[in-house]
Amino acid sequence: MAAIELRNIVKVFSDKRRGRDLLTLDNIDLDIEANDFVCLLGPSGCGKSTLLNIIAGFEQATSGRTLVDGKQVERPGSDRGVVFQQPTLMPWLTAIDNIAFHLKLKGVGKAERYDRAMEFIDLVGLRGFEHHHPSELSGGMNQRVGIARALLMNPSVILMDEPFAALDAQTKLEMQEELVAIWQKRRCTIVFVTHSVDEALVLGNKIVVMTKRPGRIREAVNFGMPRPRDITSPEFNDAKRRILSLIREESTRLAQAS
Amino acid sequence: MTSVIDAAPARRAFRLTRLFQGLERVVVPGLLIAGWEAFARSGVLPPALLPAPSAVLHALGDWVFGFDETTQTYSGHWLRDAMASALRVFGGFALASLLGILAGVAIGWSRLFEKTLEPTLQMLRPIPPVSWIPLAIIWFGIADKPAIFLVFLGAFFPVLMNAIHGVKTVDHNLVRAGAMMGANQRQMLTDIVLPAALPSIFAGLRIAVGSAWMLTVTAEMVAVKSGLGYVLWDSYYFLRYDIVLAAMISIGLLGYLSDFGLKAVMARTLRWQQTTTVQGRAG
Repeated sequence: MAAIELRNIVKVFSDKRRGRDLLTLDNIDLDIEANDFVCLLGPSGCGKSTLLNIIAGFEQATSGRTLVDGKQVERPGSDRGVVFQQPTLMPWLTAIDNIAFHLKLKGVGKAERYDRAMEFIDLVGLRGFEHHHPSELSGGMNQRVGIARALLMNPSVILMDEPFAALDAQTKLEMQEELVAIWQKRRCTIVFVTHSVDEALVLGNKIVVMTKRPGRIREAVNFGMPRPRDITSPEFNDAKRRILSLIREESTRLAQAS
Repeated sequence: MTSVIDAAPARRAFRLTRLFQGLERVVVPGLLIAGWEAFARSGVLPPALLPAPSAVLHALGDWVFGFDETTQTYSGHWLRDAMASALRVFGGFALASLLGILAGVAIGWSRLFEKTLEPTLQMLRPIPPVSWIPLAIIWFGIADKPAIFLVFLGAFFPVLMNAIHGVKTVDHNLVRAGAMMGANQRQMLTDIVLPAALPSIFAGLRIAVGSAWMLTVTAEMVAVKSGLGYVLWDSYYFLRYDIVLAAMISIGLLGYLSDFGLKAVMARTLRWQQTTTVQGRAG
């Protein structure tokens, strides 16, 4: 049984102001295995974030079935950790309180909360900053808090919606390396949305290329290049060429159709 | 290579800047008061119509400490008068804050409350609180109650409007993050929506405390026989403009102090917020 099963997902947004419907996701069918690192790759507006929101339970598919660990997704829940595009931390809580927020909601006492959160503070390299508020931390540090917060819930899957898009190039590289290290250490299933071919190839062991509006799956490519991955190596470039040609074919097809 | 920098001259320059910054604040009021004193002493207007600042200060001093009975029956009674007004402000403001926050959060959070409660409240809002004075007097008589009622009316709506706004503009993604971490409806309200709405609620409270002072004084001029507003109006009948001005200063000072106290509570509660101004970070 796959960790995530998407069966014939269709999502139609009704644009009430213009009185028409917009087909955003068209018949998405995808299996994600446990401990996979899957990158959903596609241009802006292809519905990749919508697909992630459907798995998270923030949005409902118009039709089709979404199963996580064999259970139908109906609402958001702590079995699916989400890392948002913006850190989306509670600004009135310190880093450690943000990370342990899930435990607070469950009624766990402060001492135990902090004890368990410290492990994740260390994991994302924020020791010394645990009592800082989000406004006192940099964008990259806040995103680390967001990742730690998702990991602490020990979810069966982690859903990430372009979490590094707002970071500068150097911080982005560091964060990508750390994320891979965390994934290797903790063995979890990650679904990572991105529009960057390089990012998808650095991170994923399975890259799902999506088409532009309506979002369909163009092809799911397995990419088993050993890590750490050298982004200047011939192997990396071959893979990149292949992904780019998939995207290019798609644009030509669209151009001819119009 | 190391370089040694003597910090002493810089520190001295810094101290001078600080001194100048202290002076900056008092230049305009200082000039205004000096001009007023000079004008009042010039004799263009009779002293009874425009008392000099020194005369006002004298009246205020006697009102507070009662040293020479310039203020006649009020001599030494300032604390009693100020307390009478302050208690009305506090009573009306506390009631308005409590009900305003409760109603505002309910309306902002639930469609049901928004549909049932909001239209009525929004219809009552444009009615000036002072226009309730006749009804307040026949309902509550001449005492503390009509004043507290007026203060409540004036303070309630700013709190209500800001609480509604605060709850409605909570970042949608924070609610999603809460749902992702397993918050139930009650936790969503108490642990996410309420803290997120606090800055807005405090903005409402600060507007409300100002209205509260204005309405206490108004009520005391018509419907109550004690307090700073009563002294102000009573002195006007006896043409004691020095006491009128002393009362105005007292009201301004107490209003300022209330806001100062509220700001201190806000700064403590909203420590997580960085207070920045356009020119840079402030304290």
